[in-house]
Amino acid sequence: MKTFQLARASDSAEAIATAARATTAQQGAEIRFIAGGTTLLDLMKLNVEQPGKLIDVSRLPLGQIEARPDGGLMIGAVVRNSDLAHHPLVRRDYAVLSEALLSGASAQLRNMATTAGNLLQRTRCMYFRATDMACNKREPGSGCAAISGANRSLAILGTSEHCIATNPSDMNVALAALEASIHIRGTKGERSVPMADFHLLPGNTPERETVLEAGDLITHVTLPPPAPGSRSLYLKLRDRTSYEFALASAAVILTLDNGKLARARIALGGVGTRPWRSVEAESALTGQPATESVFRKAAEAALHDARPQSENGFKVELARRCLVHALKLAARIA
Amino acid sequence: MATPESTETVAVGLLVNGKKHDLRIDPRTSLLDCLRENLQLTGSKKGCDHGQCGACTVHVNGRRVNSCLCLAARHEGDEIITIEGVGQPENLHPLQAAFVACDAYQCGYCTSGQIMSAVALLQEPCGPEDGDVKELMSGNLCRCGAYPNIVAAIQKVRRAASAQKTG
Repeated sequence: MKTFQLARASDSAEAIATAARATTAQQGAEIRFIAGGTTLLDLMKLNVEQPGKLIDVSRLPLGQIEARPDGGLMIGAVVRNSDLAHHPLVRRDYAVLSEALLSGASAQLRNMATTAGNLLQRTRCMYFRATDMACNKREPGSGCAAISGANRSLAILGTSEHCIATNPSDMNVALAALEASIHIRGTKGERSVPMADFHLLPGNTPERETVLEAGDLITHVTLPPPAPGSRSLYLKLRDRTSYEFALASAAVILTLDNGKLARARIALGGVGTRPWRSVEAESALTGQPATESVFRKAAEAALHDARPQSENGFKVELARRCLVHALKLAARIA
Repeated sequence: MATPESTETVAVGLLVNGKKHDLRIDPRTSLLDCLRENLQLTGSKKGCDHGQCGACTVHVNGRRVNSCLCLAARHEGDEIITIEGVGQPENLHPLQAAFVACDAYQCGYCTSGQIMSAVALLQEPCGPEDGDVKELMSGNLCRCGAYPNIVAAIQKVRRAASAQKTG
């Protein structure tokens, strides 16, 4: 591991001013915020990330979970994943988020990992993690060894000829379905970004994963009020039953009215280069009866643009079945 | 982890098993390496060094964490408990006694991490079934495959605790 300076931020303004001296907040950033450290230290040990300075933001006052006046929820950037998953308001109003968090990582890692850190979780693509392999995300222009290599676990939606890396987070899938907003403070003030716009498609610049610029500090995430009468859940399919990344997962939020789907919010995990909100599936569901054939049509719509690689063609049907089963469970027709 | 190109060190006061240690360390030093190499507390083990195996599990402020993914210098003032702070040979923690009684280990390399996880699990939300315990212990690998007996040892302690509560 390359050595670094370690600084503890005494307030957000100081942390932002220091981090703004970096040339990027994306892959290869010279200055990094650190909170849980579960992704960053792992990648620093692999020399995939080599920041010269770490700013410890874990003791900034960004650790609250609070009900908002509009009935929504405010989640601080450094709230631990375990605290978020077990919070009574999350369990009651946002079951999909609690379930997604508890399906990810291990109890130890959930005790360390934070809200903002999970938003910025990096891909598990083995070529990204191995510095002797070609990877456009780690080293722009070096090529993508995954496209002609071991790509069984990689993405089928949102890929480009430069990158097929999967976004590995479970939490992000739930936040996409919940239409969360990401609140950011930077050198130019504060702004909020809808979850759907926060992560970028790889395109020609897979090294750019989010809208964050140097100095940008995620302060909190907000969730809109839960849709009245809605039911939500997270279903995750993987190679072993615990402590494994998703091959395919689905976050679904349904509001039923006399057997018809008045409202649906759908996101998929394990299959996309970013947390994969499917408005196509939502459109196919809205106004329709809650039946398996309707669910199947929605799943077909969600995977319509899938582009499988040499080893991950099975994911197309796996993701469809995952979504259909999640919808049946949420609608209680399973 | 400390390599020759390192020049700078940082000061940190660590509170480990109730005892304060004032150290100067390379900022890259993981909490695991610091415990083992600087404080000679070698009960915590290094398996993968990437947060995947759980052999390094310790408690920080009452929560179980992977000490290999912690920078020691970030833990000024935190209350750190290692396997050495959980029980002694003449005064075993109930979980340590249950691991012995249930034959819950073979080579023993993962055992301190398993016990640190299990001690924390006793205070966490966890359903009553074996499957609930397995789910919450999935961050601790045992390559000897002692899993059934590890689950049995944990359930033995949980049942004794709940019997005491209700009795």
